[in-house]
Amino acid sequence: MDDHGAALTVAAAPGRPATTRDGGERPWVARWVPWALGLVPVGFVAVFFVWPVAAIIARGLSAGGVRDVLADAELRHIVWFTTWQALLSTALTLGAGLPVAWALARCRFRGRRTVTAIAGVPFVLPTVVVGLAFLALLPERWHASVAAILLAHVFFNVAVVVRTVVPLWERLDPRYGEVASTLGAPRWRVAAEVVGPLLRPAIGAAASVVFLFTFTSFGVVLLLGGPTHVTLEVEIYRRTAQLLDLRTASALALVQLVVVVALAGWWGRSQRVTGGAGDGGGRGVRLVAAEGARTRPTGRRRVALVAVLVELIVLIGVPLAALVERSLRLPDGSHGLAAWRALGSSGAGTSRPVDPLASIGVSLRTAAIAVVLATVVGVLASCAVAYGRRGAPLLDLGLMLPLGTSAVTVGFGLLITMDRAPLDLRGSWVLVPVAHAIVAIPLVVRTVLPVLRSIDPRLREAAMTLGASPARTWAAVDLPLARRAIAVGAGFAFAVSIGEFGATAFLSRSGHETMPVAIVRLLSRPGALNVGMAMAMAVMLLVVTVAVLLVVELAGGAGRARDPLR
Amino acid sequence: MTLSIEGLVVRFGPRTVLDGLSMTVADGEVVGVLGPSGCGKSTLLRVVAGLLVPDAGAVRWDGADLESVPLHRRGVGLVFQDGVLFPHRDVGANVAFGLRMQRSPKAERAAEVSRLLTLVGLPGYERRAVATLSGGEAQRVALARALAPRPRVLLLDEPLASLDLDLRRRLAADLATLLRTLGTTALFVTHDPAEADAVADRTIRLG
Repeated sequence: MDDHGAALTVAAAPGRPATTRDGGERPWVARWVPWALGLVPVGFVAVFFVWPVAAIIARGLSAGGVRDVLADAELRHIVWFTTWQALLSTALTLGAGLPVAWALARCRFRGRRTVTAIAGVPFVLPTVVVGLAFLALLPERWHASVAAILLAHVFFNVAVVVRTVVPLWERLDPRYGEVASTLGAPRWRVAAEVVGPLLRPAIGAAASVVFLFTFTSFGVVLLLGGPTHVTLEVEIYRRTAQLLDLRTASALALVQLVVVVALAGWWGRSQRVTGGAGDGGGRGVRLVAAEGARTRPTGRRRVALVAVLVELIVLIGVPLAALVERSLRLPDGSHGLAAWRALGSSGAGTSRPVDPLASIGVSLRTAAIAVVLATVVGVLASCAVAYGRRGAPLLDLGLMLPLGTSAVTVGFGLLITMDRAPLDLRGSWVLVPVAHAIVAIPLVVRTVLPVLRSIDPRLREAAMTLGASPARTWAAVDLPLARRAIAVGAGFAFAVSIGEFGATAFLSRSGHETMPVAIVRLLSRPGALNVGMAMAMAVMLLVVTVAVLLVVELAGGAGRARDPLR
Repeated sequence: MTLSIEGLVVRFGPRTVLDGLSMTVADGEVVGVLGPSGCGKSTLLRVVAGLLVPDAGAVRWDGADLESVPLHRRGVGLVFQDGVLFPHRDVGANVAFGLRMQRSPKAERAAEVSRLLTLVGLPGYERRAVATLSGGEAQRVALARALAPRPRVLLLDEPLASLDLDLRRRLAADLATLLRTLGTTALFVTHDPAEADAVADRTIRLG
């Protein structure tokens, strides 16, 4: 019997150059090198992430905290609310995001790339900006409502669905759907019984990530939930910062951690079973070139495309436009620059709770340090994982942990551990960039590692046979090829740091507020001018974030175009 | 019961792929469509299947224009070069797919699937996973799947092209016998004249 079917499928899967991972081949660096490279990342993550989280677990387990939490009806209610709002947010996000994914994956139209870029923007926006945008957009009586939380969650996470599902959908062989149609399946059955199941790895991955993000959502719920709609994250913050009840806070953080780890474990297993989201799950699903599978829509498909694009523009554009409008609105309903002027004039002499201009400096300084930390640690870790053999998968997994841990947990953990010698950093501003780096390292690794792994080992072999030492080889081959990915990773780290709120809320010191913290402080003060200033600062934060991402996007795009290895 | 194609024109941008093609296929007739790659053979099948809207011309069934008939009600069976079996369903469920769409009762469905699998030479393959099939077996399953809802016309797009020579000859003979036995109306696209001779009643050339 022949096996053409299998051969075809293999040929259609994305090619990856063989690595030197197998058997007797000689590694290009000495065996101790990856271990040495891994020391710094392991140390950094151990001290500033594993230890703090372990401290929370220990505190939560001791003194029956968890038992008390589970016995307390009010806290049980919070756990329940956190769960169902996350489930509902996930369902709504899939409902809003899958049509967008369809349009971007399957339709050929002018401006598709631009729309793809726009669809990705909300995900990287600071939570504070999104929270304020919806405060600006929604009428007063909708503030402090579940609907506001759900809307903001959909706004954020449609980008997750698009980024996760489009890469598989655009390469899924369109003939699956065509065959199903000719066999008598109407559109909805094609979607439900053929295309949906074939996209399951990607849709499942997107749903898990969205659930994770909305389950641990902090800034959005704090700003939009009001006093009645409280999630675990917000309650942990309230217990710590307002009630100084560290025992209950630890127990709540532990409960949340258990849910997140259980979910991550379940997801990891299902990914192993189905082979991951990127390649159609390795189940012999036929993939094609994305461009060839896109068609110019006609008839009802065109109507659907227009509807989807309008949905996307409204979803993303209207809240952000409302934010800008609100920053320009004066108390009497007319428009002007009063709030913006107040930002500039509020010096030491005024009675402002925070100094807005100073917070810009704090944010930029913090981001600069966080970028350096995250990039150095992330690149070292990527090298250790890419060049190592034994232990490399474990390190890879361990470095991803912060991604699944809520920022509040990181901030809270640092707060309760960094208070004694030799690391007595209580009240030190250093903890803020460190926490940001912890959140950003996984993103740097996810950006740099795939590039290092995709480097054809023959390039290194060529360099070494020409007499280059391993170090020279790295500088001549790996570094130039990965340089752009490193820059992109650094850009992500900057975006994370400039907008980070969950961990910063715990660690920020008075007089050292970052922009997101300053915005929330301003908002909590009475007076229309303070609200206006908060809105104006949110606009500034929005502009800075989008500008950085635009640069990252351009650098990344140009890199892909020029890099022959990808 | 005749399929007639009248003045079909299909353009892809500046390139005219089909330029005023007309033909008729009588009931139970197997027509081979020969031609070099890129001559519009597959395009013709996609138009007949309803997957592609032509720039001009019409596809008629007993004189009635199919233009407004939605894809899933056209009653065509489609077999591609490489099967395109649903990888998330086993062989039996692949063959039963069209029957389920017609809401045929479960017991009847099982009997029909078993009959079709026997017909294509794969008796007892119901529970096999698609990934375990060889190329030849996959094509047989694809054929059974396309035949199951009893299409008015079967569209075969180089169904044997991905197989090696030996297997291709054997399968071509099997296919010819099967189509005769069932009296199926079919358009059979190929680039191999010998294969067209073996399977089709008559052959047209494109390009």
